[in-house]
Amino acid sequence: MNLRALKAILVAGVMLPAAQAAATDLEVTHWWTSGGEAAAVKELAKGFDATGNKWVDGAIAGSGGTARPIMISRITGGDPMGATQFNHGRQAQELVEAGLMRDLTAVAEKGKWKDIIKPASLLESCTIKGKIYCAPVNIHSWQWLWLSNEAFKKAGVEVPKNWNEFVAAGPALQKAGIQPLALGGQPWQATGAFDTLIISLGGKDLYMKVFKDKDAKAAAGPEMAAIFKAANEARKLAKGTNVQDWNQATNMVVTGKAGGQIMGDWAQGEFQLAGKKAGTDYTCLPGLGLNQYLTAGGDAFYFPVLKDKSKSEAQDKLAETIVDPKVQVAFNLKKGSLPVRGDVDLSAANDCMKKGLEVLAKGNILSSTDQLLSPDTQKQKEDLFSQFFANESITPEAAQKRFADIIASAN
Amino acid sequence: MTLRSSAGRPSQLFRNLNSKVALIPMMLVALVVFLGGTIWTVVYSFTRSGLLPRLSFVGLDQYERLWAAPRWIISIQNLAIYGILSLIFSLVIGFVLAALMDQKIRFENTFRTIFLYPFALSFIVTGLVWQWILNPEFGVQSIVRSLGWSTFEFDPLYNSDIVIYGILIAGLWQGTGLVMCLMLAGLRGIDEDIWKASRVDGIPMWKTYVLIIIPMMRPVFITTLVLIASGIVKVYDLVVAQTSGGPGIASEVPAKYVYDYMFQAQNLGQGFAASTMMLLTVAIIIIPWAYLEFGGKKRG
Amino acid sequence: MANISTLNSTAAGFDAVSPQVAGPSGRKPRKVLSRRNIILYGLLIVAALYYLLPLYVMIVTSMKGMPEIRMGNIFSPPLEITFEPWAKAWASACTGLNCDGLSRGFWNSVRILVPSVLVSIAVASVSGYALANWRFKGSELFFSILIVGAFIPYQVMIYPIVIILRELGIYGTLTGLVIVHTIFGMPILTLLFRNYFTSLPEELFKAARIDGAGFWQIYFRIMLPMALPIFVVAMILQVTGIWNDFLFGVVFTRPDSYPMTVQLNNIVNSVQGVKEYNVNMAATLLTGAVPLIVYFVSGRLFVRGIAAGAVKG
Repeated sequence: MNLRALKAILVAGVMLPAAQAAATDLEVTHWWTSGGEAAAVKELAKGFDATGNKWVDGAIAGSGGTARPIMISRITGGDPMGATQFNHGRQAQELVEAGLMRDLTAVAEKGKWKDIIKPASLLESCTIKGKIYCAPVNIHSWQWLWLSNEAFKKAGVEVPKNWNEFVAAGPALQKAGIQPLALGGQPWQATGAFDTLIISLGGKDLYMKVFKDKDAKAAAGPEMAAIFKAANEARKLAKGTNVQDWNQATNMVVTGKAGGQIMGDWAQGEFQLAGKKAGTDYTCLPGLGLNQYLTAGGDAFYFPVLKDKSKSEAQDKLAETIVDPKVQVAFNLKKGSLPVRGDVDLSAANDCMKKGLEVLAKGNILSSTDQLLSPDTQKQKEDLFSQFFANESITPEAAQKRFADIIASAN
Repeated sequence: MTLRSSAGRPSQLFRNLNSKVALIPMMLVALVVFLGGTIWTVVYSFTRSGLLPRLSFVGLDQYERLWAAPRWIISIQNLAIYGILSLIFSLVIGFVLAALMDQKIRFENTFRTIFLYPFALSFIVTGLVWQWILNPEFGVQSIVRSLGWSTFEFDPLYNSDIVIYGILIAGLWQGTGLVMCLMLAGLRGIDEDIWKASRVDGIPMWKTYVLIIIPMMRPVFITTLVLIASGIVKVYDLVVAQTSGGPGIASEVPAKYVYDYMFQAQNLGQGFAASTMMLLTVAIIIIPWAYLEFGGKKRG
Repeated sequence: MANISTLNSTAAGFDAVSPQVAGPSGRKPRKVLSRRNIILYGLLIVAALYYLLPLYVMIVTSMKGMPEIRMGNIFSPPLEITFEPWAKAWASACTGLNCDGLSRGFWNSVRILVPSVLVSIAVASVSGYALANWRFKGSELFFSILIVGAFIPYQVMIYPIVIILRELGIYGTLTGLVIVHTIFGMPILTLLFRNYFTSLPEELFKAARIDGAGFWQIYFRIMLPMALPIFVVAMILQVTGIWNDFLFGVVFTRPDSYPMTVQLNNIVNSVQGVKEYNVNMAATLLTGAVPLIVYFVSGRLFVRGIAAGAVKG
């Protein structure tokens, strides 16, 4: 048999099932690879496959830092995927401005996204010059303290109700041989924890002054100094975590090896996967139990401009699928995040998600740092805070000075 | 021998033309990719390109910011420490192992394979394995502690002050085998008469090595240096796999700074400024040397 | 070659140096040869242990179950040998939605490896030959640029290469990836080939030229048959480098043709619950198997080739 014939047979073999379903393959890249995340993506893929198309999974592990360069190279190299995950906000802005991303306004109008997507800021960060370029898939908020009830029982102290009580319980945990605060080594985790301290301890106004108005004076001021002091305490409690990934740190809380972790609501997925129950096995404190504000960042899908018309149609279908109420519920229950629309039935949600929904209903929602700051500024912050949390020889004062410099030059 | 010259007349011009044609791919790579890419990078390092290259010039802003960034300074220091130590240790260990192997030992093949096999593994794999061995919870530290020395501390990957040495251990493990091979090959190329003569003159063995053999092995050392040094400047995967630059930013290296700022920070200008500084350093060291080494000699 | 005189000379040399090696401890003088052997083999064995340790740890860990890993120490042999981690790493470890482990990447890696190795070696050997024997004004300048190119971190070159491939219209194709591997293999390989061809006796080349042989005739009929050792070296270096490559494989291809290293990264970096170190180690060994086998099989040729190619400059 010659090679050509062999190839033809192979191709036919691959094409056959596809042809029967009249499906279009759409390659979707993302960096959702932890247990809870993968389970959530499966829901999304199931929803998309149900439209008669086929989801070709292009997962790249190692968090956004590994995956984004690859996605960006592919798009600028002229061989884009069908759809790709980015965090909401400014990560894809330049790609949109260069005309590499598909305009979804028609799909959005048909689906009345403007009316159903809550909070409105989510769609705003998808909108550039009046046109909509991305489909938000979930709302993630960073301001959660996850606590292991078992760890506190072992240490003989009550489960804390807020950050201050948690800090006070630190020595007792240490005495019981428990790591008080789990903090993974990846730079974005230290940064997120710090930003959380700003909102939860310093309040909404401070957060907005520093990150929205880029007020360098506020960043150097006494209110921020208090935050840096709190961060100094946090870093003492976090010393000795010795893991890299966020979900390894979460796992320490899940198994009671650590008392608590400041982490976004995606940590919920890991507790769920381990079969733990909110309230009895673990406790979650939105806003660290203090200021009840959450930031609404999250993930969104962007659709590069493709030449193939059938692929473009499939892209529209995927965008519709993403905001579909059923898919929204299924996906977000698995992922531990909140749905992007207020009109879905979330009776299946657990305690923690309900707490989040309450805050959401009150309208105590702020833009996330991904939306307010450029990736460049975010990276500089990451460099600063990962160093600060890992190296105790950097005083809070010195760190604050560098922080103020970053804010002064932020864009 | 007479060759049917279907290739044409054996004229000087024609032959030269043919060799030039054959060198076209190499010249294209040198000019378009390496030189062109470098010039392109340098030009854009003076702009404030974000995610996509844009010709909006900002003068030296990117460089000022670069040299004010603590992470860049740490990266440079780390590369210097790693580079110097890695160079010294690879050469010394490689040479000593080669000299030992050259003593007409038994099982030479076995030993050589053992020393060389790590080179077959990628830096990603190397980093992972050593991360595992150096992990204080179940690696070397916990083993020594379980033997009774309960205060023993060896956690290079989790200690900002010594993390770069933890990376060095892994880097040497991966690379010294190749150096040993090169050195061994060099030793095998030394004329036996030299050993005879030095024995007749009563020169001690170590002196023969230092004064006679090593100078004779200059070409080997040069090939080895190019291999080691180019590996050092490019060190990236090893750090990513072993520590991701941590704890904090204590094990960052320049290549990682470049990549992170290009793509994660979406600040191409900053990334290019950093890579220009790297290229400049390399160029200052390499170009005069390469010219002397390859340009001056009359050969062929 | 092994002859008596060298053996004697090295032994004599070692005798002279041995007080320094052993330190001034003033032990009783023993028979020269045995003491020399103790030091010699002692050092070699200690070094060998250091090199073998990680491989040992990888193999034992990959054959333990997770509970045992958590309890025991990493150096102890497995109490209960299991091959499940290997099976899982090969066939069922998940990333995202794909739960077919490394197997999906293996053939992709082969498909990338074969043309990349062949093309890069062909181009570099011809370049090295031309640089060694057919120098013209300026050829050394190009070579110097090439050598400097060896020092440029790959990450820096990604953007220019993306643009070049885009303009050529071959971004995301196998051709594009082969070209990328050829480009980045070129500096070191050309250096090796150039050094090797320079070291061949000049008379050979001159005689052929007097006979009227042209560029390609000399290359194919004289140089190529003599260059086997250095081809082996080049092949080993390229097989290792290309098989182990992650960055180019993931940036310049599509998911359906990702090489094995991408799956390795995905398996190792995607933690579902707890880190499964045994699966990670098995995956690591499986991915490294091809270059490892190449080394074990052709290690002897490697040294011979290096001796021929790198030694004379």
